[in-house]
Amino acid sequence: MRKLTLALGALAVAATASTGPAVAQTNEQFLPALVYRTGPYAPNGIPFANGVADYWTLLNERDGGINGVKIVFEECETGYATDKGVECYERLKGKGPTGAGYFSPLSTGITFALTDKVPGDKIPLLTMGYGRSESRDGAVFPWNFIAVGSYWTAADVAIQHIAKEVGGFDKLKDKKISLVYHDSPYGKEPIAALEARAKLNGFTFKAIPVTHPGVEQKSQWLSIRQDRPDYVLLWGWGVMNSTSIKEAAAVGYPRDKVIGVWWSGAEPDVTPAGDQSAGYKALMLQHGPGKFAVHADLEKFLVSKGKSVSKEDFAQVLYNRGLINSMIGTEAVRTAMKKYGNKPMTGEQVRWGFENLNLTAARIKELGFEGMLQPLRFSCEDHQGADVARVQQWDGKAWKTVSDYYKADDKILAPLVKEHAAKYATEKKITARDCSKES
Amino acid sequence: MIIAFGQFLEVLVSGLLAGVLYSLVALGFVLIFKASGVFNFAQGAMVLLAGLALVRSLDFLVANGLPFWAAIIAALLFAALIMAITAFLVERFVLGPLINQDGLTLFMSTIGVTFIIEGGAQMLFGSDVYPLRLFPSDAWFLFEGSFPGGLLVSKIDVWGGMIAAVLVVGLAVFFQQTKTGRALRAVADDHAAAQSVGISLNWIWFIVWLVAGLVALVAATVWGTKLGVQFSIVFLALKALPVLIIGGFTSVPGAIVGGLIVGAGEKLAEAYLGPFIGGGIEYWFAYVLALVVLMARPQGLFGERIIERI
Repeated sequence: MRKLTLALGALAVAATASTGPAVAQTNEQFLPALVYRTGPYAPNGIPFANGVADYWTLLNERDGGINGVKIVFEECETGYATDKGVECYERLKGKGPTGAGYFSPLSTGITFALTDKVPGDKIPLLTMGYGRSESRDGAVFPWNFIAVGSYWTAADVAIQHIAKEVGGFDKLKDKKISLVYHDSPYGKEPIAALEARAKLNGFTFKAIPVTHPGVEQKSQWLSIRQDRPDYVLLWGWGVMNSTSIKEAAAVGYPRDKVIGVWWSGAEPDVTPAGDQSAGYKALMLQHGPGKFAVHADLEKFLVSKGKSVSKEDFAQVLYNRGLINSMIGTEAVRTAMKKYGNKPMTGEQVRWGFENLNLTAARIKELGFEGMLQPLRFSCEDHQGADVARVQQWDGKAWKTVSDYYKADDKILAPLVKEHAAKYATEKKITARDCSKES
Repeated sequence: MIIAFGQFLEVLVSGLLAGVLYSLVALGFVLIFKASGVFNFAQGAMVLLAGLALVRSLDFLVANGLPFWAAIIAALLFAALIMAITAFLVERFVLGPLINQDGLTLFMSTIGVTFIIEGGAQMLFGSDVYPLRLFPSDAWFLFEGSFPGGLLVSKIDVWGGMIAAVLVVGLAVFFQQTKTGRALRAVADDHAAAQSVGISLNWIWFIVWLVAGLVALVAATVWGTKLGVQFSIVFLALKALPVLIIGGFTSVPGAIVGGLIVGAGEKLAEAYLGPFIGGGIEYWFAYVLALVVLMARPQGLFGERIIERI
């Protein structure tokens, strides 16, 4: 019943938000939210969507919006399906006085589809920690911002962590590392980086696909039981993650040798498997769970007044990620306002804001995100802004950070980004921007 | 050689046991089709609804201090009540008004019911993954002396197999030995003829949807323990389709044999064929098996051959 109340509340919020533009309140910034609150990926989609919505509401409640421009937002349910995601994009892109400021689809599949559309519509895509890894190359992908880290960053950091655990990169030779991945654009993304690492470090790499939604993995884990890889990397989403952990336990594969990507490292991924999850590790998209300065404001302005859409997921991993996602997006809007004035921004203006965004440590602290995010700076060439990650481990009750920050090795990744971006540019007949001439 | 044979046996056994679990879902389809000629696309959604009602009420009762065993009984009763209400609503508002309509119309109506149940269940009970721990989920390692590492057999799959066996016997007795069961078969043969001898179609349809709902509840206890109760359970309906095509839409034993063929076939294909063609093939390989059977025996291995004379 509480869920019903929550759902009705969310509908009411969405309805209020969406009716705003109809009465011609022109000093409003429209921000769309592609969410999945139902379907197989809802356990992971809901906390992220709650974090996104709560941060926007916080800005409205605490600051009166962004520099006095109130945020109006509308959620559209994608169910993590690419066709529905594109449908939502088409429906929401023109809303508000200046159209959508930016889109965050929280789906690599939808990101792939929208990457072809956003240049025509002049709306930036914020894909924090997901999407096309080569979209870091801003010269070829002017509208994509793969903030904080790509799947190649994640793959590289995972191998660095394994190297540290086994005693150095030279010890990786003759080791076996398998990748259990969601058989989708998302799951396939790290393969190029892992193959490059395997070639460089001499380990045997095997990629094992799992079909959507990932509830049937018995054959894959029986094959792992026979192969006995030294480590298994997990690139799952939604129910696939907890199923993988359960199957690992069933075949007796040690959980502390399984390392998930940061989309496989939240509470909904481990709690369904109960005690079997203890020891499992996952990468952190810099942040983990827990309360920081921004949460005090959320509690003061939203939670205590019943205006938060979050309940049990407050300050959990994916809720916090939703907060960071909204913070980066709204800071890009704020940056754009410095150039274009304190009024609703168009997508094109927000794109400029992203490209010139410089989140320093001081600014991150001022925003209440100190401890959650390292400094982040985009540029014309670099649409990723940061390339560090950590590792956390589930102790059976909570996530514990078990490593310091690793910096992805650009000697390996930068050529990969260039190669794949150039290939994309050739395929799509895109002329890369000359960033030396961009102001 | 021994290792390879051990691996083959392991994949085969796990496939057969997984197949029995598919049969649990397929049985619900068979029941409704056998008794009403309706292909109930909503069976997967009914498993989800039953599972959510069970696990959410169980969690609530345990959190409020009820002993676990008492909470399980109460939660099972609550979930059964929810399935009874669902059966009543489906009969009253969907199938009842569509009596004597074309089979395709009835099928389309169950697609609508699917989406309503899916949405309603998540709205009422939530969209998270809810752990259910009714059966042990670890594994036995058998014949460790003969095969290095032994043969892995999942306990939950064995439980599923035993439950399916009990269910099949129970349903066979119900259909063959009870008055209601015989009435169900009469309705399946001819709606109008059954009505003419005094059988209430509305009552029979309520009963059959209720029984299918209870079968869905049984399937939910096993699948919920295996995966956690969550939305993906509805995809089991897609696993049950090739099982039905192979076993026949009207045969309870056919649902079991079909499940065994699909389970073993897809797991062996994934393990031995998958590596050569990129892997991730088990989802569609079941349909390859089903198509092969369709071409050789359109009514399925155990289905009734229907000859309509013009």
